[in-house]
Amino acid sequence: MKRILSVIGLLAMAMPALAASPAVSPQQFEWSWEGVFGTYDREQVRRGMEVFTSQCHSCHSLNYIRFRDLVAIGLSEEEAVALAADYEVAGPPDEWGDPTVVAARLPDTIPAPYRNDTEARALNNGALPPDLSLMVKARVDGANYIASLLTDPDYNQGEPDADGLYHNPYFAGGSIAMAPPLFEGLIVDAEGNDMTVDELARDITAFLAWTAEPTLEDRKRMGLKVVLFLLVLTGLYYVWKRKIWASVEH
Amino acid sequence: MAEIMNNGFVRWFDRRLPILSWTNHHLIDYPAPRNLNYMWNFGSLAGLALVIQIVTGIVLSMHYTPHADMAFDSVERIMRDVEYGWLMRYAHANGASFFFIVVYLHVFRGLYYGSYKAPREVLWWIGLVILLAMMATAFMGYVLPWGQMSYWAATVITNLLSALPVIGEALVGWVWGGFSVDNPTLVRFYALHFLLPFVIVGLVGLHLWALHHTKSGNPLGIDTTGPQDSIRFHPYYTIKDAFGAGMFLLIFAVFLFYAPNYLGHPDNYIPADPLKTPAHIVPEWYFLPFYAILRAIPSKLGGAIAMALSIGILFLLPWLDTSRVRSATFRPVFRWFFWILVIDIIVLGVVGANPPEGAWIDIGRIATAWYFLHFLILLPLIGWFERPRPLPSSIASAVLDGSGPASARRGER
Repeated sequence: MKRILSVIGLLAMAMPALAASPAVSPQQFEWSWEGVFGTYDREQVRRGMEVFTSQCHSCHSLNYIRFRDLVAIGLSEEEAVALAADYEVAGPPDEWGDPTVVAARLPDTIPAPYRNDTEARALNNGALPPDLSLMVKARVDGANYIASLLTDPDYNQGEPDADGLYHNPYFAGGSIAMAPPLFEGLIVDAEGNDMTVDELARDITAFLAWTAEPTLEDRKRMGLKVVLFLLVLTGLYYVWKRKIWASVEH
Repeated sequence: MAEIMNNGFVRWFDRRLPILSWTNHHLIDYPAPRNLNYMWNFGSLAGLALVIQIVTGIVLSMHYTPHADMAFDSVERIMRDVEYGWLMRYAHANGASFFFIVVYLHVFRGLYYGSYKAPREVLWWIGLVILLAMMATAFMGYVLPWGQMSYWAATVITNLLSALPVIGEALVGWVWGGFSVDNPTLVRFYALHFLLPFVIVGLVGLHLWALHHTKSGNPLGIDTTGPQDSIRFHPYYTIKDAFGAGMFLLIFAVFLFYAPNYLGHPDNYIPADPLKTPAHIVPEWYFLPFYAILRAIPSKLGGAIAMALSIGILFLLPWLDTSRVRSATFRPVFRWFFWILVIDIIVLGVVGANPPEGAWIDIGRIATAWYFLHFLILLPLIGWFERPRPLPSSIASAVLDGSGPASARRGER
């Protein structure tokens, strides 16, 4: 039985880890949502949202997030409505059948910065800034990857090469088209102090972890109940099984 | 059971549709060997996994959109906006892995205890057909989220058909429904992914029919000689299966709730892009050993044939294994080679997970050669030359006088 379990263990554990081999393994950070009881730090996620709207959003979309979703990270409904109203989205055709634009509302997704991929490439030296909604899940060790990529000191002080690319050891291939996006003082914190690149990177990563999996907290909460229930149930089954089999030589 | 039959209506009904007698015959009074160990739990666990997949799959099908432009978004909608959609989708994705874990253990149980030998050859064949149907279902299901790995796995695997002489190219175009993997491919994979699980249900019915006809094997590999060798299925094995199901669900729940993406690949959270090939295209872990065999042969057709044969030769196992002793417990040489085969298959899995470069190529070829050597050459020879340990006269005598499996193994050393 032990040998068999170690076989399952090897199959289950070794292979995905071996399959994934990025150029440089990301630095390891501590995140509030890790572990059995992990939850998102709402304030950190909201600060990360501010980093997103003030910097990332000029090039990156966030297609899977609707304005109403922001209530889950602590915006009031009025704040979410007000934020949505700052954006314009396509409305219904007017009386002559011509296209219209209207202010965004809660059910709308956060509008993308470019009309299409072609425009995005045209304005970014041929590179396509990817949608960030799922970035934390779409990279190996995603949260640590994003934070490592954004905080790398050589990247942040680097100059572009002849092709306009910046060296970044964490990015696949080692050269990234994105200029270092974070700088000290991009945002001031609640006390009015300039936030460091490290703080900004952690906050935007927290925000993107939330956009990648807004249901994480539900998952972990339910998991605890299910696992505890199954522990008790399986324990009872075991005792019951011993009792039934007690009278049988086997 | 007996008490309920005292009821006049129940007796009247049962004479017209013997559903109660049938249940009694197959699930309650059904005689099972008294010495089954926990390796005999994996059949019922595979059944449980199949039910989990069908239930979660039907819920997912109500929210999923099978279209190349909308599939990825619809899966994210399930994850975010559908009530408990994340639970259904994570359960279905991890459920596939757990289905394979229990089925592979079930198959290894069969290999170790000679479950494929007479009179259970047809039972073994039906099991292999179930395995093949599972593989097809899992492969097509993995394509449905239309992420990068979905798309490129579909491209790599369907392209294997093009290696067939004469008809290959035409066949691939027919499977794709076009000139590349595209929307028609996705829609037909969805239709077949919905259909095949119910085919599997039918095959499971045949598997159980054959099982209840030949009766279960047992760790000693000897036939039952009389009522003293058996016990009733209920309550002995119903409670043992319930305990096994609890353990299974517990481990499943830990993955589902605390590491739901661990067995998946991050690239599948990137929408499919036909113009951008991922750096390493890898299948799900349960296909890795077969993927290694495919890549071990330096020819597309040869690799595809070797991969097909890796399962195909298992159909001949009842004749490739020339020993008349079923259980490895009494086969000292076979037992060694069994564990070497297990290690060989794990090595193949690790090779399949790594890019085909450097030493991995040689390791993959050696492990592939060993796989076929084991079944085609070693197994027949071991059966001829091995001197098995003496078999106990009956299950009951082995259980009662302590000449069971443990003492047989001790005796050898």
